[in-house]
Amino acid sequence: MTTSENPVNGETRHLRRMTNIWLVISVVADLLFWFLVGPHMAPGRLTSTAKANQLDINLLVIIALPVMIAVWVFMGYSIRTWSDKRGGPEPVGGEVARGNKKVQVAWIVITSVIVLFLAGFGTVALISDHGSGGGEGPNPIWAPNGATAAETAALTTGDSWSPSSGKVLVVQVIAQQWKFTYRYPAFGGFETTQLILPTDTTIAFNVTSLDVIHSFWAYQLSVKADANPQANNVAFTDTTTSGSFVVRCSELCGLWHGAMFDYGKVVSQSAFMTWATNAEAANATNTKDLAPFAWTYVPDANGSAGGYYIDGGVTPYSKAELYGAKP
Amino acid sequence: MSMRGRLTTVIVLFLVAVGLLVLSVATFLKPGTPGGVTDFTKSQAAGQPVHILAQTVGSIGFGAHPTWVSYMVMNPTTHKWVQDTTWKLPAHTKIDMTIEQFDSGSPLRNQEWGQILGTFGHSMQLNGKTVSVYNSFTGTGVGHTFAVPTLGVSVPLVGVNGSDTLCGVAPCSTKMPHNEISFSFETQGAGSYPWQCFVPCGLGFLYGNGGPMSTQNYMGGFLEVVNS
Repeated sequence: MTTSENPVNGETRHLRRMTNIWLVISVVADLLFWFLVGPHMAPGRLTSTAKANQLDINLLVIIALPVMIAVWVFMGYSIRTWSDKRGGPEPVGGEVARGNKKVQVAWIVITSVIVLFLAGFGTVALISDHGSGGGEGPNPIWAPNGATAAETAALTTGDSWSPSSGKVLVVQVIAQQWKFTYRYPAFGGFETTQLILPTDTTIAFNVTSLDVIHSFWAYQLSVKADANPQANNVAFTDTTTSGSFVVRCSELCGLWHGAMFDYGKVVSQSAFMTWATNAEAANATNTKDLAPFAWTYVPDANGSAGGYYIDGGVTPYSKAELYGAKP
Repeated sequence: MSMRGRLTTVIVLFLVAVGLLVLSVATFLKPGTPGGVTDFTKSQAAGQPVHILAQTVGSIGFGAHPTWVSYMVMNPTTHKWVQDTTWKLPAHTKIDMTIEQFDSGSPLRNQEWGQILGTFGHSMQLNGKTVSVYNSFTGTGVGHTFAVPTLGVSVPLVGVNGSDTLCGVAPCSTKMPHNEISFSFETQGAGSYPWQCFVPCGLGFLYGNGGPMSTQNYMGGFLEVVNS
């Protein structure tokens, strides 16, 4: 801006130009992101939780892009228009170089509205998606319909599940150094190293640990729940389509933490039923030697002394103490 | 001190600080226990099964931690027992493994590991008898396991009677009480496959998974699988 310009008219003209440039670039960038990048964003669309989380991430980017572009446009426009030129007139100080209250207020109001909207949106998404795949502790307050009944049945009368039942499928995740194993109470409580799930089903993951702190992270399912010894951490998701997913431990848990991963599959309900029925039969001999199904297990018989493994001076473990159901 | 002297002092101190930092990071990143690699790729003709003979002992009896449990393996070239847990194997090859288990056992923390998984026939030979599931709450329990999680292999190594006089210094003679466990599995493509014991046998360590369970060359290591 030169001293010959009317400062007020000049400001309005520049602001209008910057706004137009910002608007065009923002609309183009948002559209390009939404249609070209958005569908491929993590964590994918294998479950309703994954879809919802992908939507959340995409929404954040759609809102953040115009903010980022506004800063860049202002910076670029300022450098091009008002940069000091060699031999040119001295920059103008005084009144016109001071802050613009309208712009400052607008910036504070707009960013506050954005943050408050996202806080509300995030809260609604968390509740409506039953915890959004995160561990909710032993008594989840955002449990989906039928979850409480399935969890109760798993412990008491014996859970059951079939493709036509529409029931919540309870799957227990047992972490131990350094491997996850899985129990299916609806199929006799057999335990396996494979995590197979049916499509179009609500899954209730019950996550616990036999030793130190781990974390069950089924990436493409968008499920993540801490696995703590003697604690049951419940997380929900609804599977939608078939596909593969990776399970990793996301809590540094010792030497082989990096090797504590495996792969799971979401398959059709009929394929799952076939697999589960066969696995139940194949594991029957070992299942009867497992501890009765429980939410947590107490593997350290001498845990009261600090959880140290038997050292020869302690009475040998009993079955219940070693891997027994918590009363 | 002149300006030149001050500048030199500052530069020297800066270089010393950088050197100490680099040394600290390098020391931190250096593996805790350097170990050798036992090469099984040259012990047989290409495509033929590889034979691995190993021992599990209740106390290694030598070295920095003589009381720790450990694996030992027979070097196929020198036919000497070595304390290496990194084994170089050919890809897509049948591995015939025999483990002489000299340690006592106890019930498993997770009986899931009483199953024989990922081996040919989903079974093992325990002193010549075929076993597909071992109930660790009966008999002498399980002392250790041999497991390669990424290959789905898991084999319980049944313990010997703890009241017998057990081998206390490796390598152990087969005249000492032991169980002979043999099984076969197949390697996959080239890569590094960690293997470990799933019995928390680090006595005196939190949850039994410290000490020998967390130190290479004792109860875990790598199958370094390479293309022939």
